[in-house]
Amino acid sequence: MKAIEFADVSFRYEEEGPFAVRHLNFSVEEGEFVAVLGHNGSGKSTLARLANGLLTPDEGQIRVLGTLLGDKNLYDVRRNVGVVFQNPDNQTVATIVEDDVAFGAENVGLAREEIGRRIDFALKAVGMEEYRTSTVARLSGGQKQRVAIAGVLALKPKIIILDESTAMLDPRGRREIVDVVTRLNQEEGITVLLITHFLEEALLADRAVVMNRGELVMEGTPRAVFARKEELLTYNLALPRIGVICERLRAGGMNVADTLDAEVLAKEIAQCVS
Amino acid sequence: MRIVAEHLFYTYNPKSPFETAALRDVSLTIEEGEFFGIIGHTGSGKSTFVQHLNGLIRLPSSLKRSRPNRKKDSSVKTVLKVGDFDLADKKTDFRALRKSVGMVFQYPEYQLFAETVREDVAFGLKNFSSEKLSEEQIDAAVRAAVEVVGLDYDEMKDKSPFELSGGQKRRVAIAGVIVTRPEVLVLDEPAAGLDPLGKQEIMQLLHKLHREWCRTVIIVSHDMDEISENCTRAAVFSEGTVRYVLPPRELFCHAQELTAMGLDVPLTAKLVSLLHERGIDIECDFTAADFCEKVLAYAAAHPKKERDEGGEA
Repeated sequence: MKAIEFADVSFRYEEEGPFAVRHLNFSVEEGEFVAVLGHNGSGKSTLARLANGLLTPDEGQIRVLGTLLGDKNLYDVRRNVGVVFQNPDNQTVATIVEDDVAFGAENVGLAREEIGRRIDFALKAVGMEEYRTSTVARLSGGQKQRVAIAGVLALKPKIIILDESTAMLDPRGRREIVDVVTRLNQEEGITVLLITHFLEEALLADRAVVMNRGELVMEGTPRAVFARKEELLTYNLALPRIGVICERLRAGGMNVADTLDAEVLAKEIAQCVS
Repeated sequence: MRIVAEHLFYTYNPKSPFETAALRDVSLTIEEGEFFGIIGHTGSGKSTFVQHLNGLIRLPSSLKRSRPNRKKDSSVKTVLKVGDFDLADKKTDFRALRKSVGMVFQYPEYQLFAETVREDVAFGLKNFSSEKLSEEQIDAAVRAAVEVVGLDYDEMKDKSPFELSGGQKRRVAIAGVIVTRPEVLVLDEPAAGLDPLGKQEIMQLLHKLHREWCRTVIIVSHDMDEISENCTRAAVFSEGTVRYVLPPRELFCHAQELTAMGLDVPLTAKLVSLLHERGIDIECDFTAADFCEKVLAYAAAHPKKERDEGGEA
């Protein structure tokens, strides 16, 4: 079954305004890990908001796990689609970690014992079980985002959408989050939609898609997408730094293949010299 | 303005269960004209340090209290000077200091508040000027600041700052700080949250400001590539102390130590150490351009023998 399916979806924020998403056809398989890339204003966050019914499409249809999104089933759909947003400080509602994780589960009316089990499970999944009774305000950005993910996990969703959830974190926090979602995808089989403008993060995905002006313009394995450098540049996506270095070395006459891995590049360079 | 800090100590929530020493004996000099980088992970004391520079955090009036372990002899004396401003002196004119040291916080666009871009940028200017400025004076100063950050003043001035794009908002926020013509500009993570192209544009803007507007630019950053490409020198903070103050070309030779502190190193430094393991020694200043040049020079000096030049393997 398809986890998310967009059929000819268009959306604009204001009447007569420009379309943020235009005639979008896009789908994600169950268990798939898809990265959505695009520069600011390309429509990638709109896509996330459409997928769990925060926004309603002006045209076209969206199906989540086979169910057509409509007014009546929004809440059911949202239980299956958890979204983690950008700013860790805007996503916490309680002062203590376990209360914050329980918030969603309490809202849907789960039994008390079940909530306890869900908190255990969720905190363990994100590696935060030691912080169960800590004060949220005293956590680092990466830790807060992991608590936000735990809050989503407590509802046992089938799909998690990360809407630039790493943009405000330092490199260490960013790695923590990427590790957690990769593990959730592989071990729990959760479908992941990772929205990011860090090309490096997209490398871990099964598939990468690139958005530009509300349209899906590129699609393929992350490596195949990154190989189309000229095209990425036209969509205002900068190459990862390693790509810039490969390019320069080639321009200087060194025969190195494109890679995104520093070790591979070092090996390539070593092969070009005596 | 030269910035001199000697033996700076600072503790948050002293005498409470949450007592944390943020700075433990920090000494650091930043010369006039530098494009200075400050590195360190969360909780290393870097933000506490920069907040001292324009008196947002004041030196405690009784220095004893902040230094519980201070030895009886007073040979350890805390000094904090920004140009001619002595921040240890309570009589210092902090308003004049803040006018000279502009501070751009993380995500400065969240601090935009006025109804129009012109009003927002003019706010600091009006607050800091000792006499009342005429509308023409304000207009001229705001126009200059908005234009130097790369925006069209006539098009922008009457717009609400909230209807601008993310990159534009950040530029307006920076304009609101530099409008008082500070000599030192401090920016906390100026490129955070922007897409790669936006990051490049912001760094270009900072270099332009450094050339044309503010003598000294200080950036706090997590992005080591940003530091290696842009800064004259960088200080590494760790656990409230300054571990290194070096130009990037020397700093990133300490890749192992930096990694042990939980910090990243620039990609070029990673490549240099990987090549070193393979017996190839490259000496470069860790900018991408210099790294590539040195690698190509090495290749020219040590050409591959078995393979035909330029041929396919």
